[in-house]
Amino acid sequence: MVLDNTILLGIRLISPELILICTGLFLLLLDILIKRKETVAFAGLIGIFLSIWVNLKLSSLGLSGNVFSGMFVFDRYGSFFKLIFYITAILTILISLRYLTIQKGGIGEYYALILFATAGMMFMASASDLIVLYLGLELMALSTYILTGILRGQIRSNEAAIKYFLLGAFSSAILLYGISLTYGLTGTTNINEIASSLQALNLLKSPMLFLGLIFFIVAFGFKIALVPFHMWAPDVYEGAPTSITAFMSVGPKAAGFAVFGRVFFEAFGSLHLEWSGILITLSILTMAIGSILAIQQTNLKRMLAYSSISHAGYAILGIISATPEGVSGMMNYLLIYTFMNIGAFAVLIMLNSEGVRGEELSDYEGLAKTHPLASFIMLIFMFSLTGIPPTAGFMAKFYLFMAAIKAGYMPIVIVAVIFSVVSAFFYLRVVMYMYMKEPKGEVALSTSGSLNLALIITAAVTLLIGIFPSVFLEIAKASVGGL
Amino acid sequence: MLKYTLIPLLPLISFVINILFGRNAIKDKAHWIAVPAVLGSFVLSLSAFTDVLSGNTININFYNWIISGDFNVPIGLLIDPLTAVMLIVVTSISSLIFIYSIGYMHGDKGYYRFFAYLSLFVFSMLTLVMANNFLVLYFGWEAVGLCSYFLIGFWFEKKSAVNAGKKAFIVNRFGDFGFGLGVILIFLTFGSLEYAKVFPQAGSVVGQTINILGYDINTITLICLLLFCGAVGKSAQMPLHVWLPDAMEGPTPVSALIHAATMVTAGVFMVARCNPLFTLSSTAMTTVALVGGTTAIFAASIGLVQNDIKRIIAYSTVSQLGYMFLALGMGAYTAGIFHLYTHAYFKALLFLGSGSVIHTLHDEMNIQKMGGLKKYMPITYWTFLIASLSISGIPGLSGFFSKDEILWRVYAGGGMGKFLWALATIAAFMTAFYSFRLIYLAFHGKFRGTHEQEHHLHESPSIMTVPLMLLAVGAVAAGWVGIPHILAPHSDRIGEFLAPVLGHPKGEGTHAEEWFVMGLSTVIGLAGILTAYAMYGKKTDLPQKIGSAFQPIYKLLYNKYYVDELYDKTIVRPVLNASQKVFLGFLDGKIIEGTVNGIPALIGAFGERLRKIQTGMISHYGLVMAAGALIIIWIVIF
Repeated sequence: MVLDNTILLGIRLISPELILICTGLFLLLLDILIKRKETVAFAGLIGIFLSIWVNLKLSSLGLSGNVFSGMFVFDRYGSFFKLIFYITAILTILISLRYLTIQKGGIGEYYALILFATAGMMFMASASDLIVLYLGLELMALSTYILTGILRGQIRSNEAAIKYFLLGAFSSAILLYGISLTYGLTGTTNINEIASSLQALNLLKSPMLFLGLIFFIVAFGFKIALVPFHMWAPDVYEGAPTSITAFMSVGPKAAGFAVFGRVFFEAFGSLHLEWSGILITLSILTMAIGSILAIQQTNLKRMLAYSSISHAGYAILGIISATPEGVSGMMNYLLIYTFMNIGAFAVLIMLNSEGVRGEELSDYEGLAKTHPLASFIMLIFMFSLTGIPPTAGFMAKFYLFMAAIKAGYMPIVIVAVIFSVVSAFFYLRVVMYMYMKEPKGEVALSTSGSLNLALIITAAVTLLIGIFPSVFLEIAKASVGGL
Repeated sequence: MLKYTLIPLLPLISFVINILFGRNAIKDKAHWIAVPAVLGSFVLSLSAFTDVLSGNTININFYNWIISGDFNVPIGLLIDPLTAVMLIVVTSISSLIFIYSIGYMHGDKGYYRFFAYLSLFVFSMLTLVMANNFLVLYFGWEAVGLCSYFLIGFWFEKKSAVNAGKKAFIVNRFGDFGFGLGVILIFLTFGSLEYAKVFPQAGSVVGQTINILGYDINTITLICLLLFCGAVGKSAQMPLHVWLPDAMEGPTPVSALIHAATMVTAGVFMVARCNPLFTLSSTAMTTVALVGGTTAIFAASIGLVQNDIKRIIAYSTVSQLGYMFLALGMGAYTAGIFHLYTHAYFKALLFLGSGSVIHTLHDEMNIQKMGGLKKYMPITYWTFLIASLSISGIPGLSGFFSKDEILWRVYAGGGMGKFLWALATIAAFMTAFYSFRLIYLAFHGKFRGTHEQEHHLHESPSIMTVPLMLLAVGAVAAGWVGIPHILAPHSDRIGEFLAPVLGHPKGEGTHAEEWFVMGLSTVIGLAGILTAYAMYGKKTDLPQKIGSAFQPIYKLLYNKYYVDELYDKTIVRPVLNASQKVFLGFLDGKIIEGTVNGIPALIGAFGERLRKIQTGMISHYGLVMAAGALIIIWIVIF
């Protein structure tokens, strides 16, 4: 009976993920039966909301803990990341509808794959075993490879997918290598047990362990696009359907940060001194390369790809500082980044219409004169990405940098602030184009109800967090308690 | 609570709606949104005022904007007697000027933009006066500056307007830099930015010093002087007064609202607000008084000989602001705020009146080319006359009460009081003189403009004249709330109202002295008017004779003491030359162009190299990854 109960608890705790996967399977069926793709998307949204509801229910019941022999953990840390994934999935679906019609890519797998990827990310956030972590990661990665190439008729989409797939496979191999080295040394794949056996077996100075550690950094660094493991990002982000770029730049990235935190704090917490040194170097490189190359771009989608790289460089400060404030600062950062980045991509999508990509900087010339509201919303996102108060982006940076300073990483914060200033150049350039140039011609906006909804949500949240940040910070802070 | 929050929020909503939908949807109906919004604020301000009158002080912290360890910034508002007075001044004058603008700006192609910016300004100004901590104050402070910049350069096709906007912005940077440092120093010293925490602690910091480059400087004095830097910039005091006359390039309603009645008084308000700090530093107080006193007479003397109708009034504003600072510096905070309040009405009236004149003359601003307007525009004339009598200190009108209060408090204030009083009294003579020189030249005599212009002379429409008449009521009666006790005991209501915040002025004097000061200021005012009449009221060649007899002085005044030229030679030119050398000579002009086009050469060249790595070849990407991993392994393990 005892056994039965724990299994039952386990199934209850993974039911949010199960709901997503079942909904995904159902969508595949629905797609054959129904012609209207909006209905499929709508069914997907219902599945997500059901999953959210169940998740909230579980939390309110006070359920938590390790299940399935310690492979899966239901805690507040994971739940906060799941919140980010849910938001990402919902917003992605909202911005996809019209875009896919224009791009002639409206196939039912699309929404199913988004749900699968989301479920994968949720498993990653809740994994307390390296094997589950790997499975979640692959579920997410495989889904996104396909999503990247889902516009089968477009060469750049295909090219992006194959690049992403090959390099992703490479990084998965490295991850597995890291896992096997760690397993070989400690005899376990359980994240908590790794930590204790490192102490018990006196392995803290083992070169093999460092090798494994570095492989983890490479593999996770690939997911969050840390320099020099970022090479795939600009090409893939540019080639993927814009809605999927929006998805990838926040969801899988946040999932990468979730496992980064979980593994490095829980399994390798005692080696903080060693790995933080590596991460500081990578962080500075990432901020520098991301910002400098973003300046070079005249294609907005590619610019946002590099910007997303540099943002990973800032967010990793939370891992480096490894304090509760630092981690909650990082989680906060990722949540805020989700809204402002998807929002910016949503504006890009709005400018995309039949035959017009709407991705070039020149497409934004004088937009404020022809479409003041759209320009204003873009202005909010650009200000926020730069980190100008009173937008959420300022708060995100403020709390993260503050935490890093308190943890004693003043020099790297100074570097981060300098690159924030550099980043103002390419974000505000968009604003400059919109407001200070004369329009070249009439730009048609392809608006739709769902896209407008996504824009309203993202813009409103970006402003509201900027004006009332404490509420959101409290959520993030409370979530770290679980770690 | 919602009631108080709505006071600044209504104009903000008006701004958002107008700026978003103005161009395409609202167009020339922008005032249907802006005017009700600001009238709503006015009504709510009246209600807030009565709440304060019945003895309440409203101090609400809505929420904490930032909490990070010991750094805590709440967002909140404070309505105490001082704020209540400011609320009435700002919202009542804004309402009238908004209505006036419907007529004045009619047909302008930036109509909606005008009301949008003006609404934003009102929001910012209300935030500034309703702040309950220094950060919100700072926000409002910078926001009003930004709006002022937008509105001075409102007609951006005009190069002079754009330059004036830039000048205002840059000159204010100097002051605001100090102000920002002051706010930071307050936080470092007191560990908080909230008024309610800083001011009670002020006494405990007395005598504390801060070491800067080896000198021990009194902390309170340093804070006050830094804050005062901001006030000098914003309120156009010497030596940062140069931007205000140029700011007259903006539309006249803007000059009336921002550059006369409200924004420029923010410095006065701020110093009064920080009176618990200023009172503790005699050095800072003396500085405030000296700057105020000299500015009062200096600006008034320039006003004597100017010919541009708006610039005369602008110098008059600088001079009157000088009076206010003089009062503050002598510890007579209530007198300063009282003058701020009465000045707002008669100065707004003067500007709107001049706007009415300019409107009918199709942008003619030279008073030498006016004359005889009295019979064409009677309402403008009479209201203008009332404002001029008020500013000249004719007994019974607003200006008399507040100016007399200042003169008396300065006289009785001890220390340099007598000397500064003498300066202020001479300035009062000049004030009366230039005000009536303007009246005689513009409204009396014969019209000296072209026949074309004469043909079109007419009174402004009632949408413009009604606000003039209402402001005239203010210019007459606003001062009746502060009647000195020697005229009627217990009638200094505003003094008593403000006393809980601003305290009672120090300084003693006999009744005889008080009568003397009052009598002398009245006589001086009348003398100024009579002198103006003698020179300009009748047809004489006296002005020319005097002008040529005192040629050097005349030229000095006419050229505004060459301050602009001095700054141009010592600051603007060298900076411009240096930056031109750096940017054009050293970095090559293409960079500026390149920046605009998006590729700054320096980072560009570096980035170009980096970009080459991004070949698009999967094998290269894999190689970079592997190499990266190997380098890390090599560094860590070996």
